[in-house]
Amino acid sequence: MNYVMSFLVGGTICLIGQIIIDTFKKNNAYLLVLLVITGALLGFLGVYDKLVEIGHSGATVPLLGFGNSLAKGAMEEAGEKGFMGALSGGVIKTAPGVAAALLFGYIISVIFNPKGDK
Amino acid sequence: MKKIGKTFKIGGDVVIRDVYTIAGPKEAEGPLKDKFDMVIDDDLWGEDSWEKCELKLQKTAAENLKNRNNLLNSNIDLLISGDLLNQITSSTYAARDLELPYIGVYGACSTMTLTMGLGAMIIDGGFAENVICVTSSHFCSAERQFRLPLEMGGQRHASAQWTVTGSAAVWLSNSGQGPKIKHVTFGKIVDLGVKDANNMGAAMAPAAYSSLNQHLKDTAIDYDLIVTGDLGTVGKAIVNKMFNEDNNSIESKYDDCGTIIYDIEKQDVHAGGSGCGCSATVFGSFLYKKLLNNEIKNLLFTATGALHSTTASLQGESIPGIAHCLGIEM
Amino acid sequence: MKYNKDNYQKLVDEFTPKNKMLRNCIMAFIIGGAICVVGEIINDSFVAWLGISDDEASPMTSVVLVGLSALLTGLGWYDKLGKIGGAGTVVPITGFANSVVSPALEHKREGFILGTAANIFKLAGPVLVFGYLASFIAGLLSMAFK
Repeated sequence: MNYVMSFLVGGTICLIGQIIIDTFKKNNAYLLVLLVITGALLGFLGVYDKLVEIGHSGATVPLLGFGNSLAKGAMEEAGEKGFMGALSGGVIKTAPGVAAALLFGYIISVIFNPKGDK
Repeated sequence: MKKIGKTFKIGGDVVIRDVYTIAGPKEAEGPLKDKFDMVIDDDLWGEDSWEKCELKLQKTAAENLKNRNNLLNSNIDLLISGDLLNQITSSTYAARDLELPYIGVYGACSTMTLTMGLGAMIIDGGFAENVICVTSSHFCSAERQFRLPLEMGGQRHASAQWTVTGSAAVWLSNSGQGPKIKHVTFGKIVDLGVKDANNMGAAMAPAAYSSLNQHLKDTAIDYDLIVTGDLGTVGKAIVNKMFNEDNNSIESKYDDCGTIIYDIEKQDVHAGGSGCGCSATVFGSFLYKKLLNNEIKNLLFTATGALHSTTASLQGESIPGIAHCLGIEM
Repeated sequence: MKYNKDNYQKLVDEFTPKNKMLRNCIMAFIIGGAICVVGEIINDSFVAWLGISDDEASPMTSVVLVGLSALLTGLGWYDKLGKIGGAGTVVPITGFANSVVSPALEHKREGFILGTAANIFKLAGPVLVFGYLASFIAGLLSMAFK
């Protein structure tokens, strides 16, 4: 059942993303920024956790989940440590994903060569 | 005055003696596959970057053109070339190795007719006897500069065009046999506010219409074939519509290199080909041979260019279009 | 010419082919959903085999997905998947990883420091800037409303 819900929720979020791409025809970076801000907003409002309960990975794997983690991390740490927590909480919570992207990205770039498309 | 309206009249002989074309692997799968002089198998061609591959295209096209015609550097007065990259890198570095007096020009995808038009005027002015005009484009180097990294996932929009990998070198001379450049019309920049870099054909179509209209009005020649550079399916349809609205239809004798070079349905190139190499290789491999074989007696060849930069686009500027016409007669 | 900046766009729209939105949306749904299911399988595996709590498994899943996406990008397969899946490959965290690896890889020929490393956040940098900004604001607001 979890797999079905992951598929449906994750698929729906991607479908909304596709509508945004095809309608506005903007660089994909705009979509990524929009997703992370929306995720943070939904996380701040406490709405996103309900979606995670329903959709599991369908809600955490899309970049919205990244935004949600950022907001939740900052809010949790702010509750304990105040200003410094608000500053670093989001970064700490999402550090594994960002560090992984950075390190894997660099290693992959060293190993592989870019391929054109004929 | 060698001028009628905005069109320069080439009074003496400026003969297109020979054209050498090199095309990339995707172009070699298209309808013109047997017509290119040389085809490369992959997009690096033994070099270690796409930029270096592109300059090798230009250099090889020029050198093979010279060798095929037993031309020596001492016979050639001038090299005029240009390409799409910043600081016209490919042209400059190819010129470094070719060791000829060099004029580098930037006309984006209109470069082929820009260089040939300039060459024709210089020859007709008596300043040169033999001029070589070269241009090139490379899908990967252009994509890198103007769009997103190639490994980035995502889809191309339906109106987007595919940059041609290829190069052509043209030998212009004041003597000999072959098709002659008779009229040159340098276009003015026309910009009707299109900002969508995924719709270059639409951005350039008004410039193409403007230059074609000017040329046809000035010369009053009934051309057998009118060909634009790289408007693709979208721009071609717009140009046809504009002429139809003037009750001056050119539809029956009009075509576009961007729609000639690829099989648009089968090769998944969306709106067709683009890039300096598009008009250059189609002219050299297809249109020039039509003239030589007397299939057509005259040709209005108009390369079209989008003169924007990524910086200007990000700052909210629209895409300025340009088109330069060459009236060529056999 | 009867066209100017005000009326030309209408003509352009008439001739510009529309993206195949329905097909794109279906593919985005399927591919995006599938990537999320892969995430769920990885997540469940961590919980079931390594006995990790659900909370800890989630960031580990992200790391694995990012690694897979980086590898597929290096092999030149992710862009082919992207051509089919569209937003289905952009929206998941794997799309974020792809946007990190692809400029890094492409700038390799300009050197490992000023090429690869300097360009690694060319596309993903904005995501982090706005993400961190949003999280900081969320933290501050949560303090204010406590």
